[in-house]
Amino acid sequence: MTGDPVRAGPGRPAWDPNDVTGPAARGRAAEGSGIAMTDTQTSLPGRLAAVPGGEAETAVRADALSKRYGDVTAVREVSFSIRRGEVFAFLGPNGAGKTTTVRMLCTLARPSAGRASVAGFDVARQPRAVRRRIGLVFQEQTLDDRLTAEQNLRFHAVLYHVPRAQVRQRIDRALELVALADRRHDLVSTFSGGMARRLEIARGMLHTPAVLFLDEPTVGLDPQTRALVWEDVLRMRREEQVTIFLTTHYMDEAEYADRLAIIDYGRIVATGTPDELKRQVGADTVELVTSDDAAAARRLAAAGFRVRSGEEHLVVFAEDGEGLVPGLIEAAGVRVRSVHVHRPTLDDVFLHYTGRQIRDEPAGRALPMMARARTARR
Amino acid sequence: MAAIALGQPGGRLADERESLREDLRTTGMVWEREIIRFFRTRARILSSFIQPVLFLFVLGYGMGSLVGATAGFDFKKFLFPGIVAMTVMSTAISSAISIVWDREFGFLREMLVAPVSRTALVSGKTLGGASIATVQGTIMLALAPLIGVHLTWLVVLQVIGIELLMAVALTAFGVFVASHIQRMEGFSVVMQLLLFPMLFLSGALFPLSGLPGWLTVLTRLNPLTYAVAPLRQVVFAAQHVPPIAAARFSAGVTLFGYTLPDSVNIGITCVFAAVFLALAVTGFGAAE
Repeated sequence: MTGDPVRAGPGRPAWDPNDVTGPAARGRAAEGSGIAMTDTQTSLPGRLAAVPGGEAETAVRADALSKRYGDVTAVREVSFSIRRGEVFAFLGPNGAGKTTTVRMLCTLARPSAGRASVAGFDVARQPRAVRRRIGLVFQEQTLDDRLTAEQNLRFHAVLYHVPRAQVRQRIDRALELVALADRRHDLVSTFSGGMARRLEIARGMLHTPAVLFLDEPTVGLDPQTRALVWEDVLRMRREEQVTIFLTTHYMDEAEYADRLAIIDYGRIVATGTPDELKRQVGADTVELVTSDDAAAARRLAAAGFRVRSGEEHLVVFAEDGEGLVPGLIEAAGVRVRSVHVHRPTLDDVFLHYTGRQIRDEPAGRALPMMARARTARR
Repeated sequence: MAAIALGQPGGRLADERESLREDLRTTGMVWEREIIRFFRTRARILSSFIQPVLFLFVLGYGMGSLVGATAGFDFKKFLFPGIVAMTVMSTAISSAISIVWDREFGFLREMLVAPVSRTALVSGKTLGGASIATVQGTIMLALAPLIGVHLTWLVVLQVIGIELLMAVALTAFGVFVASHIQRMEGFSVVMQLLLFPMLFLSGALFPLSGLPGWLTVLTRLNPLTYAVAPLRQVVFAAQHVPPIAAARFSAGVTLFGYTLPDSVNIGITCVFAAVFLALAVTGFGAAE
């Protein structure tokens, strides 16, 4: 389910970055805390009205979007919608059509068929209106490394029509969002890859876009920096209520998303929250090691559990493995030595839907180089 | 009706005025970036003087002794305005090169995906490069006393005006060429094939009178010819140039036996500048 009335409405979604449960749970949490709501007071001012008319809660919508390059179909009839304030991930291997979809949504590539709207504007018919309302972070770096961080941001502010009186304030805020305020006057050429990437994300937020697109934001970064980038992304969502669309081929990152779509060979094969997708793949498994497995198995089966006896342990299949643990221990009737609950991972999900596993790229930076060579030749 | 942008109140006229203001702001920012980058690469500032100074002294003294002076007016004095023009030209072109760099380092995309007009971007880029080229060319005027060329403030102002026009035309040309080039190596090839012939065939280094027919045709086809001539004539106007020397070291361009006045030369340069600018705008980011 995607509907979540609690989080609807402006300036609200408050959530704990450690909380990787679905949006529904997050919404409930927001009711109670109320602490994070104060963050909205420091929001960037003057956000463009995101969506005119009735579709106030839909930030991005794609209907049967397709893109062909000659005989090659890069994206086939992709449909999805993203609600305001959501972090939506496109998960798939390289070449699955992730970047092509982003390019269409950002008006950089014309759809061959189908329609899409971003912030309420049609990408094919109102590209300027769309571009004013989106932030864009490419796979490859697009900073001027002979300018300082601040100069890069100022350049961007002018290009995106940030009112003069607000430029300074927004640069302060954007740098603060990615914790680079102290590097403000440093040349970008002195930045590490991770810092540059985070500066680009800040730049993408500078003009308070309705939707921030991040194309493989963490590719080629070390795990620590990837975590930092994610902190930035989630902080932005929390404090600026921006809708975030990102692509990734890292399974663990897709977990951070409120919802995700798995794309393979240009097709969306599954959409849902990480939990929903995992549930579709199958039940949790609980492994029990007891003092008398045979007796425990009989009793558990009698109590209505689906049990399978393994060589060294019992396996119980259940929808909510963790919730069942106390009941299982009680029903087993013998001493339980250890319990291990295994929840399906997104790897299982991906395998389930595509019959393959995502291969990790050997060298992170090889990809953008190739992508650049490709666009250059065109 | 759901498509009406809330961020743009007011009528069509107000919108246009607003978008013109934003375009001008964009042009200003792109210009500023060129200037910032220029001052950040001091090596480039210095190196861009080496070539013209070398040309001035090596050719001026080397060839000068061969050519000799006519009624006290020597080749160095003839060469000087040409070298100033050359400085402007090569600086303008090397500024335009930066587009190829911008592409290599991805920054071009940052500009091209922004909701701004290409005209605003190209104008900023061109004016930035042209400003730098003009400043460099004007700094070369400091060598005038060494060469024995007399300058007045009026002449300097006129020279700056012509330099600026020439620089705009040439930077726009460079932007146009650079927009169609994907790699750095490609650019240097094109420059060897285009810039150097244009430089040498512009009359910057030798008088355009009494040339063989084919060379006369080539020089008259070269847009730079019409920019170099008025610059030289403006400088010559402040010198004492005896009639025999004026005949030998002719500053003007003759077309079908008719010597073009400065106004026509400047007009032709303006047309070239406009055409190159238009080409640059249409070509900008063509490869994206």
